[in-house]
Amino acid sequence: MHNKYTWRTGILEVVMIVVAILFVIPLYLLVNVALRTSNDPASVLALPTQITFDNFARAWVDGNLGNALVNSGIVAVVSTVLIILFSAFAAYPLARSMRRLSKFAYYGFLAGLLLPFQLALIPLYLTMRDIGLLGTVWSLVLFYVGSQMPFSIFLYAGFLRRVPIEYEEAASVDGAGPVGTFWRVVFPLLRPITGTVAILNLINIWNDFFTPLLYLSGSGQQTVPVALYSFFGQYSTEWNIVFAGLLISVAPVLLLYFLLQRTVIQGFASGLKG
Amino acid sequence: MSQMQERLPAAPLQRGAKARKSRRQGVGAMWLFVLPAAAVYLFVVLWPTLQGMALSFTDWDGLSAVKNFVGFDNFALIFADPESFAATWRTILIAVVITVVQNVFGLLLALGVNSRIKSKYALRVALFAPVVIIPVATAYTWRFILAPTGPLNDVLSALGVQNPPDYLGDSQLAIWAVCLVMIWQYSGYSMVIFLAGLQGVPEEIIEASYLDGAGPVRRFWSIIRPELAPALTINLMLSIIGGLRIFDQVWALTNGGPGNSTMTISTQLYQAAFRFGEFGYRAALAVILTLMVAVISGIQYLALRRQNGN
Repeated sequence: MHNKYTWRTGILEVVMIVVAILFVIPLYLLVNVALRTSNDPASVLALPTQITFDNFARAWVDGNLGNALVNSGIVAVVSTVLIILFSAFAAYPLARSMRRLSKFAYYGFLAGLLLPFQLALIPLYLTMRDIGLLGTVWSLVLFYVGSQMPFSIFLYAGFLRRVPIEYEEAASVDGAGPVGTFWRVVFPLLRPITGTVAILNLINIWNDFFTPLLYLSGSGQQTVPVALYSFFGQYSTEWNIVFAGLLISVAPVLLLYFLLQRTVIQGFASGLKG
Repeated sequence: MSQMQERLPAAPLQRGAKARKSRRQGVGAMWLFVLPAAAVYLFVVLWPTLQGMALSFTDWDGLSAVKNFVGFDNFALIFADPESFAATWRTILIAVVITVVQNVFGLLLALGVNSRIKSKYALRVALFAPVVIIPVATAYTWRFILAPTGPLNDVLSALGVQNPPDYLGDSQLAIWAVCLVMIWQYSGYSMVIFLAGLQGVPEEIIEASYLDGAGPVRRFWSIIRPELAPALTINLMLSIIGGLRIFDQVWALTNGGPGNSTMTISTQLYQAAFRFGEFGYRAALAVILTLMVAVISGIQYLALRRQNGN
């Protein structure tokens, strides 16, 4: 009986749509300003008088965005692949073994969820300098793989505990070793959670600003958020170009989001962030 | 999470003593599986964290070989330095404001998109979109909106407001602008976590409440609210920790200014990172942040366990 669409539902619908419109106005402005000329007489809230793509070309060249996108892409993809491999492998015995040592190791990893990365970043800065990684994207890859371990292992272990063990037993009977069993039998079963781990890590790493700002400073290398930061420093009055640059930078993640809405939202709804 | 369970494969029927035995041997060998993860985790997280804690009790300048143990001097310096002390309190204020507003707003949005309205799926996608955007990009977008002659003030002027404020240039207002941007970006995040909680409320109980003639407020308070406790705990934890660690939005919106009116613990840490000679002091700042985050996480973890135990 409560599934009827009443006049009250109608009011709620209108209110929610108005709220959502107010909510997405900044995104509308982002696109709208990026697409207009700097001397467009129309209000920024109105559609542009004339649509131009020149801003994108200038942002791309002057903001050195191509280079930054490649760097960010390499860092995000390489880190995520390594995170998936390391955390899935590690979670397997941690979730399956009942020994005390296994429990201890599991909580050792989970402790990392409580530690904000800021404290580790400072001493690690010196270590990275000493081993010659400072100023390269590999310092970021190394940092992300380590710092994203706790929550990735947590997600994998939680999922593994609900996967029936009989699959692995069947594989063992067939003579498969532990690596073969894991790789051919267990890992494919983990595909749903691997998707979640991949998406959350890709987005977190793509968006991170603090770490590359610290570890790439003065090197000439940039990731997307750092490139935006220095680009804004130069063009802060030319909003059309700045916004074109912002749009180029957020496009890959927004695209991923709109293509995989359900998976992305479900992943975040699991309540963990790197 | 319930959807994940549905996608789990069913167990095959094969069992046997032989399989169990070989599995036990396999588990021993599988310690090698943990090795890569453990190695990189120790190297990047645990060891530097311990180093940082140790450094916070020294006067090391970051360059020389001299490292003297100075006890709690660095912490005393932080509390004696009005800038650092103010930044610490400001960080806590931001965290509290964000936590309260974002969760109230997120809950209302979740209730809205969990109703019978037809546009709910589209609205969920739209309201969550800011969460995935680069925080630096979000900050610049808002810098445009909040500029003295930006669209917000254009609208206010059109409505007849005279001399609308310069939100980011006013040392009283800037901190609220920072909170606003954080709340805009992450309310959708709170929303989806509450939504997951709401969807776990059994349909029959809600049906029964209609039959009993309970109104929407009563239904929320007596039936839905208790079921939302775990979602609320997770949300509180995420927003408090997110607030305490805040850096990106502040740095891109205001650079800590005007004056030092929006400096937080993390922006102070970043500034100090480029001033050598203060390594111990900087580490002590990071330790304070770590302790705040760890204590709150610990409380939340215990709260979650208690709720799940019930």
